[in-house]
Amino acid sequence: MSTSPALHVAIKHQVGSFKLQAEFSAAPGLTAFFGRSGSGKTTLVNLIAGLATPGAGRIEVGDDVLFDANKGINVSPERRRVGYVFQEDRLFPHMTVRGNLTYGQRFRNKATRYHYLDDVTDLLDVGALLDRRPAGLSGGERQRVAIGRALLSSPDILLMDEPLASLDSARKSQILPFIERLRDDVGIPIVYVSHAIDEVVRLADTMVIMDNGSTVAAGPVEDIMSRLDLRPLTGRYEAGAVFRVRVAGQDKTYGLTELAFPGGRLWVPALDQPLGYKMRMRIRARDVSLSLSRPLDSSFLNIVEGKVMEIRSEAGPQTDILVDVGTPLIARVTRKSVAAMRLRPGTKVFALIKAAAIDRHAMGLGGTRQRHKS
Amino acid sequence: MALSSLEMEALRLSLQVALWAIGVSLPLGIAMAWVLVRKTFPGRILLDGIVHLPLIVPPVVVGYLLLVIMGRRGLVGAWLWDTFQISIAFSWQGAAAAAGVMAFPLLVRSIRQELEAVDPKLEQAACTLGARPFVVFVTVTLPLIVPGILTGAILAFARCLGEFGATITFVSNIPGETRTLPLALYTAVQSPGGEGAALRLVMISVALALGALITSEYLTRRTRK
Repeated sequence: MSTSPALHVAIKHQVGSFKLQAEFSAAPGLTAFFGRSGSGKTTLVNLIAGLATPGAGRIEVGDDVLFDANKGINVSPERRRVGYVFQEDRLFPHMTVRGNLTYGQRFRNKATRYHYLDDVTDLLDVGALLDRRPAGLSGGERQRVAIGRALLSSPDILLMDEPLASLDSARKSQILPFIERLRDDVGIPIVYVSHAIDEVVRLADTMVIMDNGSTVAAGPVEDIMSRLDLRPLTGRYEAGAVFRVRVAGQDKTYGLTELAFPGGRLWVPALDQPLGYKMRMRIRARDVSLSLSRPLDSSFLNIVEGKVMEIRSEAGPQTDILVDVGTPLIARVTRKSVAAMRLRPGTKVFALIKAAAIDRHAMGLGGTRQRHKS
Repeated sequence: MALSSLEMEALRLSLQVALWAIGVSLPLGIAMAWVLVRKTFPGRILLDGIVHLPLIVPPVVVGYLLLVIMGRRGLVGAWLWDTFQISIAFSWQGAAAAAGVMAFPLLVRSIRQELEAVDPKLEQAACTLGARPFVVFVTVTLPLIVPGILTGAILAFARCLGEFGATITFVSNIPGETRTLPLALYTAVQSPGGEGAALRLVMISVALALGALITSEYLTRRTRK
């Protein structure tokens, strides 16, 4: 992949009294737009797709300039080569699944097509549905067809606006693996809009946080999730740090799996994954405690040594502390404890993590297998 | 019950007038419905009103306006005559024009209703998949409004067959040229001893109208599947 950002956006836009201001660059892979509803995520995606025109600024995908107010460039949506998966599937009701899937293909000449019906039906497991009409499909099937339809138009970028929002949690967990496969196998940048932090942590490489029409932060997921100042936006209760880990061992006797991360090792309930398997996991701040000395007789399975980096000053009884354990970790402790332990930046501490507290659901299983070599 | 040659002539003429009226006004009707549903511009409500005018003013008014505009000395008619030596006044083409104008609101209304039910989001989706606006219209919008087009066309066809006031005002009642079924019926009723002819013409009219209605119903059901 090229060294230039996969997506660069610097725009200002106004719809009625709503002002949108976005500025970020995204690395290749999956970029999540995260924010509350009404924060401008969908508007931003529509601007990238060309369904609305920004008042000022510039939008680039790879080396292509899609919009530049100063140079008077505004590529029409049908020529932008964006695959847009909408919140509602928007399948054409008068066509079969096959007709829907191949709709965008005919507008690309053969030389610039790089997806084929067979590959996409395999990838998304929709081969059995080809001759059916959208009206007869389940929500999950419809959304998979919508994803396939976008892919088959051979886009330069895939935009997914909360594609799981209309699905129940069972359907969601059926679709998530398909999106992971897209990210890992298709190799085009993906923009994924979501207000569910679990999905973002599981899927995203880059995270763009939106609040009230503005992009307030953008960067690798691990960096954004460890920033204490973004806590109010990334969600206080579910706050946590994101680790990249590798399966380092299996303990059959106790049913545990050993995971290695840059600063040490963790034990979690057994995962059925091969040695060396890379993935991402989230450790919630409320599941991490701190101690000044290494507890010798506790039930904590995971004790890692680290140094306090930052203490968030907050009004409530609890506060978040960023600890460097070789990778950033966030602990939530009471302010009373902070005072009693005299914690300050630089204090050496031991972080205690309950094995059972590691959020298995948030682990990006299979997520980073192909793209992160180390 | 045999039809006289004059009655056959009226039936043939009626069908010819109605088919031409629909053929010409259908593309215009689709375009007009699209403009009224999808475009916002100053004067849209006025345009909407003008399109619907034939539905609410007496047909004689429409016929008279056609005469004023399209007659050989009319605003447009004079120019047509001077430049191309074309005139539709007092010809079957004029009868088709009168029928087309009278049926136009029905056509536009049906198509428009169907078009309003088409989600513009589907058109947006087609657009992001690489389709130009015209292609979007042909591949997505048009197939979705087929039921409305069919219903509208058949309703309008029936309306054309029944057109009387505008026709007689604009193109008069010329046997073999502008004497369509209703005009032939009117003539038969006016002439002594015309009851037999009148009854036959009534039966033809009723049969045609019912046939159109049943066809419309059938086609609508089929296309909605």
